[in-house]
Amino acid sequence: MNDAVIQLDSVSKIYGKGEAEVRALDSVSISIDRGDFVAIIGASGSGKSTMMNIIGCLDGATEGTYHLDGIDTGTLDEFQLAQIRNRKIGFVFQNFNLIPRTRAVDNVSMPLAYAKVHRKERRERALQVLDSVGLAERADHKPSQLSGGQQQRVAIARALVTNPVLLLADEPTGALDTKSSHEILDLFESLHANGRTIVMITHEADVAARANRVVRFQDGHIIEDHRLRDVHAHPVATAVPA
Amino acid sequence: MMIAESVRFALTGVMANKMRSILTTLGILIGIASVIILLAVGAGTSNAIKAQIGKLGTNVLTVSRQTTAGGRAAGGQAVTGPRSRGTNLTLQDMAALTDPVMAPDVAATAPVVTAQNVTGTYQDATHAVATFVGTTPSYFSISNDTLAAGSYFSDGDASNGTAVAVIGNTVAQDLVGSSVTSAVGQTIALNGQNFVVSGVLAQKGSSGLNDPDDIVVVPYSAAQDKFTGYSPSLASITVQAKSAEVMNQAQNEVQMILDARHNVTSANRDYQVRNQAQILTTATTTTATLTVLLGAVAGISLLVGGIGVMNIMLVTVTERTREIGIRKAIGASRGSIVSQFLIESLIISLIGGVLGIAAGYIGSAFPVLGTQPEVQWWTVWLSFLVSAAIGLVFGIYPANKAAKLRPIDALRYE
Repeated sequence: MNDAVIQLDSVSKIYGKGEAEVRALDSVSISIDRGDFVAIIGASGSGKSTMMNIIGCLDGATEGTYHLDGIDTGTLDEFQLAQIRNRKIGFVFQNFNLIPRTRAVDNVSMPLAYAKVHRKERRERALQVLDSVGLAERADHKPSQLSGGQQQRVAIARALVTNPVLLLADEPTGALDTKSSHEILDLFESLHANGRTIVMITHEADVAARANRVVRFQDGHIIEDHRLRDVHAHPVATAVPA
Repeated sequence: MMIAESVRFALTGVMANKMRSILTTLGILIGIASVIILLAVGAGTSNAIKAQIGKLGTNVLTVSRQTTAGGRAAGGQAVTGPRSRGTNLTLQDMAALTDPVMAPDVAATAPVVTAQNVTGTYQDATHAVATFVGTTPSYFSISNDTLAAGSYFSDGDASNGTAVAVIGNTVAQDLVGSSVTSAVGQTIALNGQNFVVSGVLAQKGSSGLNDPDDIVVVPYSAAQDKFTGYSPSLASITVQAKSAEVMNQAQNEVQMILDARHNVTSANRDYQVRNQAQILTTATTTTATLTVLLGAVAGISLLVGGIGVMNIMLVTVTERTREIGIRKAIGASRGSIVSQFLIESLIISLIGGVLGIAAGYIGSAFPVLGTQPEVQWWTVWLSFLVSAAIGLVFGIYPANKAAKLRPIDALRYE
């Protein structure tokens, strides 16, 4: 096994049967290295959302194999998949998807609760991560009391709290204004600079331009895969994150 | 997933929709409270009846006329007997029952002559008397009566037909007002016939079904003279056995004496003997049926409450589909989702159960139809367990539904 965080081999996702059969992904193979910052782009219906669901272990592939951090996800049962999502992946969604009526610190510490981390340690780690995204003083605010940009930063903190091998972002700037978008992308860049592996799905070219590598999908195929800069373009290049 | 964590998440869920949680809790509360109260009413009634029958004396036999004497009708004119037609029980029968040789277990006897629709009047007040009894003074000791004021009438009064009456508390209250003792010495009219009140009985208390204090007792001969028309016939004879243990012997002795006097056998008896133990058994069976019926009604309301819990949990799951999706995406397993929602429904139904038990206790403090409900300790435990079971049974389906949601579908849900 090389140092690939994500390794897809001839992965297909087929919806429906017979004449109604739709190949959302058609024999896609791709490898994403540790520490890379990849943007997946494409029009709607291109297969990029299906790609995100499979990479995120939210949905299984119909054909082919998917290794995440060296683990063959096709052999895992539902409980193990839940554990994989909990420990290996941090999700950031377009609509933030914070739990309503729940304080920022509790939202951030929730993945740790599912990882059976002790309550006191959970809170400490959640506050630490909130501090690292610049929201330490908003820890006790509920999502409805935060701006969109702040909510997305809480969501990123939640994604990072388990120290996952992969940060998976689905249109992270889609619901934000330009200023907040830049802040979030700056945050991603600094995370990447610290060695974090990031996969970001987007349809905006200028957002994709912030990544190292851009993969374009169309009709379930990868039609373009080019590198903008080297994996470790940034000076801080220690591979293993804190 | 730690249980404490599930409880914390579940509490957040319950608190998120306070009004809804309160109303659902109310459904369980009403169900549990009604089970406790109705079973308490049943138990209270049953105990009151037992107590009242105990007050009447557990060692009392009642010999009454049997109006349908099949054996005699078949015999027609051929049947001969020492008694005149229609006169089944007489004072002579009663006297025979006190024979110390033939009936060693009989302690005392009293004749009972009754009349229906007796109305008492005093000045402007009138009162319809529920129980009108013509008897001898021994009746008072047999039926455990005591005096509140005045005196009983004498044996002489009983045989001479003196127009005196001993009245119960209810009658006294209706006729002369709240100071019942002032009735002593007053002349009241019973169906237009004047009687002097010689005594007022002490209150026995209502059993809820009938009022033992709504009674007028007069000498039997006066009752026969003035109400039933002169006739030696008695409605019944009240027999007191020497103790509760010799009831059956006393009953056999009474039957032997009367069979011989009436020239009948056990097959064609023209009278019947009932003892209080039998009445007690009948009454207990009746109230047990009543209790089961009341309990079933309450159980149905509890079931409805349970369906309410399930309904709300289904709404909650649908409403929080997205939240479930998020939780699954960040690593919640099926088990954690199930326990979160199951605990939520448990919390609702257990709070309802505990409040229902409290409400049941409070509700049982008030008398129902003159009977004081008595809360049975086992219904409290049962209610608690039932409300927990409701939470589990009616919560498991919605919780499972939540846990089975696929994260991508749940996340997409708007």
